Amino acid sequence: MLDKVIFYVFGGIAVVSAALVVTRRNAVHSAVFLITALLATAGIFLQLRAEFLFVVQIILYVGGIMVLFVFVIMLVNLDVALQQIQFSRQKWVALLVTLALAGQVGAMLWWAGQPGKKTLPLPVSVAAPAEKLPANAEAVAHSLFGPYLLPFEIASLLLLVAMIGAVVMAKKKV
Amino acid sequence: MPAALQATLEFLRAYAGPLIASLVIVAVLPLIAGYVVLVERKVMADMQARLGPMRVGPHGLLQPIADAVKLLLKEDIIPEKADFWIFWLAPLVSVTAAMLSMAALAFGPAFQIARDINVGILFVVGISSLGIFGIVLGGWASNSHYSLIGALRSAAQLVSYETAAGMALVSGLLLGGSLQIRTIVEEQARQGVWFIFLAPVAFFIYMVASIAETNRAPFDLPEAESELVAGYMTEYSGFRWSLYFLAEYANMIVVASVATTLFLGGWMRPFASVRWMGWVDFLPPLLALGVAGYCVYRAPRQPVPVQKLVMLGVAGLCALVALLLAVPLLLPAAFFLKAGIHGAFWFVAKVGAYIFVFMWLRFTLPRYRFDQLMRLGWYFLIPVSIVNVMALGVGLVLHWQYRVNLWLALGGTTLLTLLIALWLVWADRKREAEALQARGGPGTPAADSYAG
Amino acid sequence: MLSVNHYLFLSLALFTIGVIGVLTRRNVIVILMSIELILNAVNINLVAFSRLFGDVAGQVFAIFIVTDAAAEAAVGLGIIIAFFRNRETVLADEMDLLKW
Repeated sequence: MLDKVIFYVFGGIAVVSAALVVTRRNAVHSAVFLITALLATAGIFLQLRAEFLFVVQIILYVGGIMVLFVFVIMLVNLDVALQQIQFSRQKWVALLVTLALAGQVGAMLWWAGQPGKKTLPLPVSVAAPAEKLPANAEAVAHSLFGPYLLPFEIASLLLLVAMIGAVVMAKKKV
Repeated sequence: MPAALQATLEFLRAYAGPLIASLVIVAVLPLIAGYVVLVERKVMADMQARLGPMRVGPHGLLQPIADAVKLLLKEDIIPEKADFWIFWLAPLVSVTAAMLSMAALAFGPAFQIARDINVGILFVVGISSLGIFGIVLGGWASNSHYSLIGALRSAAQLVSYETAAGMALVSGLLLGGSLQIRTIVEEQARQGVWFIFLAPVAFFIYMVASIAETNRAPFDLPEAESELVAGYMTEYSGFRWSLYFLAEYANMIVVASVATTLFLGGWMRPFASVRWMGWVDFLPPLLALGVAGYCVYRAPRQPVPVQKLVMLGVAGLCALVALLLAVPLLLPAAFFLKAGIHGAFWFVAKVGAYIFVFMWLRFTLPRYRFDQLMRLGWYFLIPVSIVNVMALGVGLVLHWQYRVNLWLALGGTTLLTLLIALWLVWADRKREAEALQARGGPGTPAADSYAG
Repeated sequence: MLSVNHYLFLSLALFTIGVIGVLTRRNVIVILMSIELILNAVNINLVAFSRLFGDVAGQVFAIFIVTDAAAEAAVGLGIIIAFFRNRETVLADEMDLLKW
């Protein structure tokens, strides 16, 4: 029961604030709602007992990437932009196509989730006591530095490239 | 409805203790912050050969309460052109982040709100770094240039210094071998040494970076009053302003607690593993007793009768604390209380010492210029912290795999780190001298204050 | 009892909103933020399945996705700043120099 309440509270916050991210006129407001959505997602991670990912989400996503976003929004703060049209010309077509796609996927998930089907009625064992689980940070570390060591190194290379790219892009004179 | 009730009950049964503890923190923290401010003003006054606040209560002891009343009664102004909701929200974000991060801190072996958090220290660091949004959004929402520049400075400063602080934390975590706060402190107890002695460079880097992160002098560029009025707080007044103030001091307590946990042995008393140093246990009650005696001695010299009474009351309070600290030592039946009470005392003492160093630096060092701040962060602290992590890793591998003496291995790698740091300083000096020559003699340096 | 379907539907909702944002907004910064929403939706899926199968591999992948998001945000915002410096706009449909 408690699990359900937590899920619906965090999920509801995430969906509502995601919708507000897309519809707000002011980019700073969008950023604020995106932060809310990301924090709600972090709550979902915590409910799924992914503690390390919860902290990664907060430190990296909210504390790192979003600070960067807010910083850039303030650097390019344009009062003119607030008066302009916020949505592009293809908005209705895009909306229709996206909703149709979402409807299809949703219907597939719904039918697969019905009792009687053998495909997907898989209970997530969130109700399992957390004490029974192995310590999350250690488990992630063993996985990350064991079988996934090569992807890890490639990710660090990617970050290095991105850093150099960002520096080159933001330089005044190349 | 019964379902909701059932969920509430289920929630309360599991989390009633932590809820009450967090309520206590929320209620008591403003008072503590107020008294930290009073101590800061007294320290400042002492360093400047003044008396400091003396009017409200004996020796200004009731000054924080007077300040709080003043701030609460002040008019709360929201500028007309401000972004109302974000202006309203921003101080709350700062305070909430600072207070929430305290949930995972362990103020003693028995005082921890979130008991078994697996990623404790990262939780503290991550949540407290959310406070930056309060500053940035507040500065932006004020719709004032001073506020906006303060906010941008603050964002740039925090992003720059968080990297160095994180790397310094990694050094401590390598030694501790866990992310759980309790395990880290117990590991220091087991090894019989505070990690500050094993990783002094990391502690130094963390200290500098934490000063920058809490926007304290000499890195208080975001609220430099000679340049930006009050930085991001310019348009705030009354209660909202005091929330920012509270957040700043709560953040100081948080970074001090993290440093204490990771580098200063948490709630362990000094020389906990040395047998013949057991008499250190008797220092806390004697100290409290000494303070009580001094208060009694000063009481007759107060000018007003009420102040005499207040002074005696303070003396009584100190005597009570002394009693509380002495009971587990004198009564064998109450010995099980010793770890909790004395642990909390030593933790608070260490946090106090760390914050005192903050104050000391604030009144000693002049403020940095913004490009100097960025240069210090990016050209010195971050490279040194990265080198330090690598050197520490090498030292630990030498110790674990090749059975080299721990002190020898870590001492050697620390020396190496220091040499590289010296080389960095030398290279920076040289670069600056060359730049000066290229411009043709001494003069003001180029003013690209956002370089880096 | 929560099933993995709950998480899949939540993820689907966030994903859809993100795609709508990418396709309909003009402001490039908001488009980038919508991409972050999409990546987050994927993360929810991965973590839910990781919990379902009791295998941390899903969480490891989510960490890689967060890394990727960091790289993407850094480069993307760098491009936006460079573009803003040259053209004084952040609107996607005014970025049309290559269409000439």
